[in-house]
Amino acid sequence: MDLSYSKDDLAFRDEVRAFLSEKLPKEISNAVRSGAELTKAMTEEWHAILNARGWLATIWPKEFGGPGWSPVQKHIFEEECCRAYAPRIVPFGLNMLGPVLQKFGSKAQQDHYLPRILDGTDWWCQGYSEPGAGSDLASLKTRADRDGDHWVINGQKTWTTLGQHADWIFCLCRTDPDAKKQEGISFILVDMATPGVEVRPIRLIEGGHEVNEVFFTDVRVPIGNLVGEENKGWTIAKYLLTHERTGIAGVGFSIQALEEVKALARKTRRGGRPLIEDPLFAARIAQAEIDLEAMKITNLRMLFKAQEQGAPGPETSLLKIKGTVIHQELKDLARRALGPVAAPFPGHVSEGNLMFGPEDTAHNAARYFNNRKTSIFGGSNEIQRNIVTKTMLEL
Amino acid sequence: MDFNLTDDRQMLADTLNRFLTEQYPVEYRVNVAYEAPFHDAALWDQMVELGALYALAPEQAGGMGGSGFDIAVVFEALGRRLCPEPVLGALMASRLLAAAGADQEPLLTGACKYAVGISEIDAAYELDQVATVATGAGDAITLSGRKSTVYGGQVADVILVAAKQDDRLGVYAVQAAQANITGYGMMDGGGAAEVLLDNTPASLLIADAQEALQDAINAGILALCAEAVGVMDVTHTMTVDYLKQRKQFGIPIGKFQVLQHRAVDMLTEIEQARSITIKAAAELGGVEASKYASMAKNMIGRAARLIGEESIQMHGGIAMTWEYAVSHYAKRLIMLDAQLGDTDYHLSQVMKTYVA
Repeated sequence: MDLSYSKDDLAFRDEVRAFLSEKLPKEISNAVRSGAELTKAMTEEWHAILNARGWLATIWPKEFGGPGWSPVQKHIFEEECCRAYAPRIVPFGLNMLGPVLQKFGSKAQQDHYLPRILDGTDWWCQGYSEPGAGSDLASLKTRADRDGDHWVINGQKTWTTLGQHADWIFCLCRTDPDAKKQEGISFILVDMATPGVEVRPIRLIEGGHEVNEVFFTDVRVPIGNLVGEENKGWTIAKYLLTHERTGIAGVGFSIQALEEVKALARKTRRGGRPLIEDPLFAARIAQAEIDLEAMKITNLRMLFKAQEQGAPGPETSLLKIKGTVIHQELKDLARRALGPVAAPFPGHVSEGNLMFGPEDTAHNAARYFNNRKTSIFGGSNEIQRNIVTKTMLEL
Repeated sequence: MDFNLTDDRQMLADTLNRFLTEQYPVEYRVNVAYEAPFHDAALWDQMVELGALYALAPEQAGGMGGSGFDIAVVFEALGRRLCPEPVLGALMASRLLAAAGADQEPLLTGACKYAVGISEIDAAYELDQVATVATGAGDAITLSGRKSTVYGGQVADVILVAAKQDDRLGVYAVQAAQANITGYGMMDGGGAAEVLLDNTPASLLIADAQEALQDAINAGILALCAEAVGVMDVTHTMTVDYLKQRKQFGIPIGKFQVLQHRAVDMLTEIEQARSITIKAAAELGGVEASKYASMAKNMIGRAARLIGEESIQMHGGIAMTWEYAVSHYAKRLIMLDAQLGDTDYHLSQVMKTYVA
């Protein structure tokens, strides 16, 4: 048993720290810290900075231009990025399509798409969920029918994150309506500029625009845009869901959130003393902090296991469940620490006039509401429990 | 970073697990745990031979371990079989003897059984509330006061007692034969004692013992946490097995999602509990040992209660019976919360770190 990082890992951490303090632009980290939605330009700028250092596609193998990091190094990198309030990498091209093309794509597809993901030429989004296919993804209905050298796609995708910025979308489409539901699905790449593709924004609970609906009406796509074999798209979808799961606990974000809660509870005064000295509130913070301390170790244990065994196990579902619950609890405490000061709708007040300054208050309640998503997306926590039931408990 | 046990510790764990599985089957354990003196002298000796006590002390003190991970390995094995033997007292006494630079051989060979008396009726957990007093000096020291729920006190030869002399919290050794000791069995098995001290002769072990006592408590907390992890692990396995076997409405009850998800939540909390115990083990003896011990004990208290109560509920009536092993596992899980500081007490210890 040894919980500390190796000498090499510590040196790597210092290298990452130095890089972040030198290269991460202040206006970007300030925006992340404030909880504001990042602009497309900010995200692209940060991606370009990372790419210049060779640290953008952190999970790609070396042969495709990745840094060839160990799971522990990836973890350190994510941890340090959180510590520095660097933006989260937009994952759809880099962490999702990239690995899929590397495993299932043709040489031509790899040569064409991978460099464009790296240099930011193509912004990708994900076409999985549909109005009638959420947790039961395999019941998806969007059709792709063969017509000569083309697929003709009709249907609707939803919850398409940052689809408003995207150039391309990777879609799961039904290509054999007569097959059993998992067996008639194909993985197809679609240029968003193709006639018949329409993106409509979905306004989220807190008022933000993060996700979209994407409608497909007789969208003609070259047959070469199929990835892997026809009707084998479900294999790819499953691969994606289990492939890259380090960081799923979101420990770095919870560490940020805990710091935020403590800072707010020190500034807020109740009954003539800082809120953090109120036993009821302090007890809530303490309990969340303890859960987070345990989660840090649970996360490292799973990481270590992944490193030893070459792949993460079904325990990652436990990380997802507990990690999201802890993060949501901390976001709830942050909102409660502000009390009535959390009320103003973002943008409806002059931020400079607020009690604690805009960095504390402007997006506080919005972030609380927005983060209710984390226990729903990526396989809801209930679906994660079903997975653990089958794989670990064998019930 | 490495989360594997060293070969030595793995071997110790395997040895103890095998020994306890063979020698302490649950029916036999229940006999020992609930009948005076709540201790099996022959098994105690065998367990000592296998290294259960030597693992608790470092080499310079005559032991073969003494780190947080050594302690965790021993107590997790004890927990898996609900072993009621007085090892907790031996561990805490060993820490105190080490702090005093005293000879530990009688303790480590198992020849002399130690218990540690810290708790009092009105000072269950708090060292600064200890009211037992020491008077006199040298060979003429005597103690007066009452030590409550002294674990293993019913069979101890020596009791190390926390007492105050002129506002200095010290540790004193009392020969059990010279004190008024009332032993009893506990709800969850095993024994403890009320120790009445009335001008009872004692010898000074540590004059300023605040730090040494805190270290002994931290080690004891770690031991209880590791024990709880072992108890929870076995309890959860028994519960999941039962879900597969028990049929109602024509199907195994484990097919019902409402039970499946609860079984998963139990597993999540057990993994979290194991993690925080590993952390407390790594920090034992360090500057932040008390903080992480408190964090661990708080989380263990919550997890153990969840596993204890849910395992009964998910089994249904059978777990309410004395005959079925889960009932005994559940009792241990619930009752250990009140040893060395409960969930709320340790939460308040963590909260203290927030006040500047």
